[in-house]
Amino acid sequence: MTKSGTAGRFLRGCKRALTHWQLYVLILPAIIYVGIFNYGPMYGVQIAFRDFRPTLGIWGSEWVGLAHFRRFVTFPDFWPLLRNTLRITVYQLILYPLPIILAILFNEMRSQAFKRTVQMVTYAPYFLSVVILVSLVRLFFGTDGPINTMLESMGFARVMFMQRADIFPHLFVWSGVWQNLGWGSIIFIAALAGVSPELIEAAKIDGATRVRVIWHVHLPSIMPTIIITFILNVGGLLALGFERVFLMQTPLNLATSRVIATYVYEIGIMGAQWSFSASIGLFNNIVNIILLFIVNYAARKVSNIGLW
Amino acid sequence: MSRSRGDKVFDIANTVFMLLLLLVTFYPLYYTVIASLSEPFDVARGNVRFLPVNFTLQSYRQVFAYSQIWIGYRNTIFYTVFGTLFSLFLTIPAAYTLSKKQIPFRGVITFFFVFTMYFGGGMIPTFLLVRDMGLMNTPWVMIILGGFSVWNMIVTRVYFMSSIPEELYESARIDGASDFRQFFTIALPLAKPVIAVITLWYIVGNWNAFFNALLYIRDANLEPLQLVLRRVLVLEQSVLDEGLLQDTLQPGELLDRVRRAHAAYTMRYAMVFIASFPLLVAYPFIQKHFVKGIMVGSLKG
Repeated sequence: MTKSGTAGRFLRGCKRALTHWQLYVLILPAIIYVGIFNYGPMYGVQIAFRDFRPTLGIWGSEWVGLAHFRRFVTFPDFWPLLRNTLRITVYQLILYPLPIILAILFNEMRSQAFKRTVQMVTYAPYFLSVVILVSLVRLFFGTDGPINTMLESMGFARVMFMQRADIFPHLFVWSGVWQNLGWGSIIFIAALAGVSPELIEAAKIDGATRVRVIWHVHLPSIMPTIIITFILNVGGLLALGFERVFLMQTPLNLATSRVIATYVYEIGIMGAQWSFSASIGLFNNIVNIILLFIVNYAARKVSNIGLW
Repeated sequence: MSRSRGDKVFDIANTVFMLLLLLVTFYPLYYTVIASLSEPFDVARGNVRFLPVNFTLQSYRQVFAYSQIWIGYRNTIFYTVFGTLFSLFLTIPAAYTLSKKQIPFRGVITFFFVFTMYFGGGMIPTFLLVRDMGLMNTPWVMIILGGFSVWNMIVTRVYFMSSIPEELYESARIDGASDFRQFFTIALPLAKPVIAVITLWYIVGNWNAFFNALLYIRDANLEPLQLVLRRVLVLEQSVLDEGLLQDTLQPGELLDRVRRAHAAYTMRYAMVFIASFPLLVAYPFIQKHFVKGIMVGSLKG
């Protein structure tokens, strides 16, 4: 008698799994860990739909549905928060090609020793902690910092960089570029190493200039890498820079530096409005995933490359 | 092949660009070092450009006299060592199991892990969970929460799959080796390069970890270095001059205060240097391992 369908396959799988039980023992700690610390909070996120009171517990707290979300989108601060979040996100996406350009320029360098030196130096800032990076920004752009001293010696007025809401987005995005540019180029350097030398030779024989070879041979060859990393970036964008935004906030630049994630911290951790802040966090997360799906869908349509 | 004019222009422009990039990246780091070694007054006046001016170790003496820095250092080393060991314990065996193509439920388990890369409960539910587990304000929270990176697990899995030939396991199986034995005697020793890479990743991650400490550590004795740094460097809490603001000025005291303010400012450079020192020293030697890690990962992302 042969068992058929998924049930049969499941049983046979179990039997085979049993003979390899040791392999499952090896992975068990990781499964338990992720179960508790990643899926635990996903279960807990239902407090976004409840009126959570710690004394009543998750299940004892009253179910209020979308009330917190409704409150958030009708909130006077909602649009400024969304605008600030999107401003930084879009700004970072516009600068997305920089590491690609850098990788191409590395690839075109003739002196290997010089190339290795520049690479080593530009990778280094990536390893600085976010606190150190922000400290450097605050020291250099401080009122008494070297940048202001230089401006003054050239006859300009001192600028309160950290206190200016109109400067914050630039300072934030470009300090990120300073830290991540070199490191971000590695993956493209790896991709460029795989470009077929015959193709490059053929293009040169046809009389193509350096720039044309880059445009017509190199770029198309690394396009899959470019698209995949772009999609991955979009997935992490609204979350990743949060610690740095938080640390770069000053009371006077809040008009542009208060983003959804820092707001969640403010009213949740500091203000103990658990349900409301959890709903805002969830909102942020969902917007993120929707963006990921849209970009992935668009990439599939245009280039047939995507994460799934 | 002779180079055309356009080629030469391109090369020159590229070299100039690289020199500028080198300068913009390197100079702030270099300036931090020379400023920390200069007389605070000269730093404030902007006299420091290429070399330390009026060389002094005063700033370092001040940082070292600040006890919280030592407590932070001690805690960070403790968290980094045990956090990294804990992470390796979770990551490597899991990667090994998932590298076995034929095992049942592999797809389901992989999805279970990868899903968390894109979706999570967020800051608040995580915070409540950690609090309810009684982990608040304990050293454990710093060791446990850095725990497991799906990305590192994937990198390790790719290495297991691509660099260890199936025949090795095959012959071990014929000799009657169990799965445990195969893992410990074949896979682990051969995976040393990738283990080195992810160990470095976890070390850097733990050393730089800041946000979990901000959320879960309230006791000054448990603070990691990054939290101490934040207090001094970002919140600009002064280490030197408690009571500077409240009392009235005596004649001649103003100058003293200005001097103290300069000293506090220059001390921050020294602090930045001391805090990043271990990584900066190790960096040139381990840099290529990190790069290798990215390369392995990009083989099959």
